[in-house]
Amino acid sequence: MTMDRTISPADAPEKARTATPAATAKPAAAIPVAWQRAALIAGLVVAIALPFMVKNFTIFQFTTVMIYAIAILGLSLLTGFNGQFSLGHSTFVAIGAYTTAILMEFAGFGFYWTLPLSGIICFLFGFLFGFPALRLESIYLALATFALAVATPQVLKLSPLEHWTGGVQGLIVFKPEAPFGLPLNGDQWMYFVTLAIGLFLAVCAVNLVNSRTGRAMKAIRDNPIAARAMGINIALYKTTTFGISAAYAGIAGSLSAVVVQFVAPDSFTFVLAIGLFVGLVIGGVGTIAGALFGGLFLVFVPNIAEEVSKGLAGAVYGVILLLVIYLMPTGAVGLIKTAALKLATRRR
Amino acid sequence: MDLFVHQILAGLATGAIYACIALAIVMIYQAIHHLNFAQGEMAMFSTFIAWQLIEWGVPYWGAFFLTIAVSFVGGIVIERVVFKPLHSAPVLAHIVAFIALFAIFNSVAGFVWDFTIKPFPTPFGQEALFGAGLIGAHHAGMIAVTLLLLVLLFLFFRNTRVGLSMRAAASNPDSARLVGVRVGWMIALGWGMAAAIGAVAGMMIAPVVFLEPNMMLAILIYGFAGAVVGGLTSPGGAVIGGFAVGIVENLAGTYIPVVGSELKLAIALALIVAVLMFKPTGIFGARIVTRV
Amino acid sequence: MSEPLLKVTGLTAWYGRIQALYGLDFEVPEKGVVTLLGANGAGKTTTLRALCGMIQTGGDILLGGQPIGGMATEDIVRLGIAHVPEGRGTFTAMTVEENLQLGAMTRGDTRAIAEDIDRTYAYFPRLAERRSQQAGTLSGGEQQMLAISRALMLRPRLMLLDEPSFGLAPLIVEELFSILSDLKDKEGLAMLIVEQNAALALEIAEDAYLIETGRLVMSGPAQQIGSDENVRRAYLGY
Repeated sequence: MTMDRTISPADAPEKARTATPAATAKPAAAIPVAWQRAALIAGLVVAIALPFMVKNFTIFQFTTVMIYAIAILGLSLLTGFNGQFSLGHSTFVAIGAYTTAILMEFAGFGFYWTLPLSGIICFLFGFLFGFPALRLESIYLALATFALAVATPQVLKLSPLEHWTGGVQGLIVFKPEAPFGLPLNGDQWMYFVTLAIGLFLAVCAVNLVNSRTGRAMKAIRDNPIAARAMGINIALYKTTTFGISAAYAGIAGSLSAVVVQFVAPDSFTFVLAIGLFVGLVIGGVGTIAGALFGGLFLVFVPNIAEEVSKGLAGAVYGVILLLVIYLMPTGAVGLIKTAALKLATRRR
Repeated sequence: MDLFVHQILAGLATGAIYACIALAIVMIYQAIHHLNFAQGEMAMFSTFIAWQLIEWGVPYWGAFFLTIAVSFVGGIVIERVVFKPLHSAPVLAHIVAFIALFAIFNSVAGFVWDFTIKPFPTPFGQEALFGAGLIGAHHAGMIAVTLLLLVLLFLFFRNTRVGLSMRAAASNPDSARLVGVRVGWMIALGWGMAAAIGAVAGMMIAPVVFLEPNMMLAILIYGFAGAVVGGLTSPGGAVIGGFAVGIVENLAGTYIPVVGSELKLAIALALIVAVLMFKPTGIFGARIVTRV
Repeated sequence: MSEPLLKVTGLTAWYGRIQALYGLDFEVPEKGVVTLLGANGAGKTTTLRALCGMIQTGGDILLGGQPIGGMATEDIVRLGIAHVPEGRGTFTAMTVEENLQLGAMTRGDTRAIAEDIDRTYAYFPRLAERRSQQAGTLSGGEQQMLAISRALMLRPRLMLLDEPSFGLAPLIVEELFSILSDLKDKEGLAMLIVEQNAALALEIAEDAYLIETGRLVMSGPAQQIGSDENVRRAYLGY
């Protein structure tokens, strides 16, 4: 985040200490595709079997993991792939959650219909917020989005809006039952719904990132001036990415409304925003799979911290955070990639 | 009109608090080009140390300077232990480290000294200056201390070799090494100084808001806002920014009806963001020179 | 012939796990000027960075007989090596005067430093005009003058220059090299110049080395290298 950047062609060898100057560099090997596929299949098998093997509360926890993962995925698209720094995604989660709650409560909508609506509404909010965000660089954007996150619970508690938002106490939401008389309880059904939506959104994200649009996003992240010189409409891509990212967070919010079965202003404080950010970095910025690790971290580590020491839970959490970030400064996915690469190249 | 003036002065008084913390923030930014999110918690922790010393019978000024010294050393230690191993890690990892520090300081402070509020003494006395209702002695003292710190910092950075080295190390570490500056130690020094300034800020703020582990959160946010509005490259700007934020917060709370005390923070931040729209690097921030 | 000022044997260098230099041997005599030539990506900049301890190295580097391989950059600088890096490395946010002061950061003799600054301004009147200006606003040529002046503030035994002509107009480059020539004649300053612009470098240097992909492919007196058929065709364009 240095303030003075002199961008010149000579910058490239100067900046990166791990740059490859001579022609002796081999192209970086990726994790073998077979391994990736195997991991994916194994993961899916475990994911599908899980709800039948654990208690309801644990199913609820894992559903929460996936909800966080979806929100983190949205943040990853914005920060990891497009380089825009947001500390305010809790706002969009809140908007999604309340949209679902209000539509179900006051307009009699079925839950599933609220999902695309929530996505669209959050996309619009995100897109619109993307415009002023264009003017703000890194830390200033962080501050602005943080302001948004701080303001959200306060706005939700405002008296004039109480009729709709339920004020401080919030609104109760009813969890949908499994349809067609399937032999699943509410927790299991929502688990699978979340899993399906999560997978769908992950696939969309992968496709987006590998498409022309994704390359434009990454170009903007890496070198905005060069991107503009290549004719990329920076404003359009940045605001759109903001919108998409917000939509992801909003859908996560909608899911959470139903899984937790109520929405209240204090569920969406800046603590959530910071949590999403931490989850993003721990999982691995600029990766898709990292979102899942981030979700796991956010749900389980605070519990572990409390078990270690009730009075010093925060300190334990902080220490764990530090240890994790030392061991994997590029996130869990970064660590896995390095380890897998080492293994793969050694076998040759 | 009377109310307006009164609110301005009250704003200046609270603004002094924000200005103080804003100074610590800018100080560390100058040294490492990162925003230290744990700055408030470190200041709070230092203030608790001072409180403990006073409880043990150390006279105020003794505790004051001893705390500054301890904080200075503490800042250096934290940099060498926590951040040095991360120096080649991506920026976002640093921020997670800041967040971790925040959690640790807050939790330990609560554990050791619990969450009940405690009064903290002021060296300036409690009477109002210039007659009642205008400005209290402590607030005036706080403003004076902040301005004094500012002057000292300004002289340090502009006129001393160490100050110049620190600025060089922060803005271009590779080139700084090539002129022989020991970049690692400059960064550690910056941390130490920021911790020391934070300690002063904490000890100035505590008499007003009372000492407890969560006292700095809102203040830190306002402090950031002030630093950012003033311009992160300008200590003077940060101080002015802090004062401005105090005034804005007070006026918003008084004159905008919807705003309860809860929404004050959000409104103040919103107005600050508005300022940033027009001056993206802050009012006094240096314009970034890029030659492509 | 006395000990060379800089003697390098079997120099290897790595960026992470990638090897960039494969055992270079060269030396810079006292008060001598040596040039390192090669195409883009050959390893010239890497060599200078290796000498300054900025990257991982292997082999022997002797400065005035003292081994400096493995020392930190800040310490190597204190032994009297001034490096004018690729892209100038100017402190863009600071004034011209502050840049010069930074160059003398390892010295303690304040009066001599002030004299040196005055001497710099005498030599480079354009810098004097801009002494309180932000260095980032100077033109490319002026920044190069500033970079060299900053290096000179160290009162170095050896100056390393990385592509001093890069990005500069031909007239400015000529002016620059005539200044370097003056420095060599009047001050007896030893220099190791890395250049893509072979012609000018060969004029000023006594010895030349040619690098290709991290390996030394030719070495000898500058005149000899300059009149070699292959070199002329590949690097001098005629």
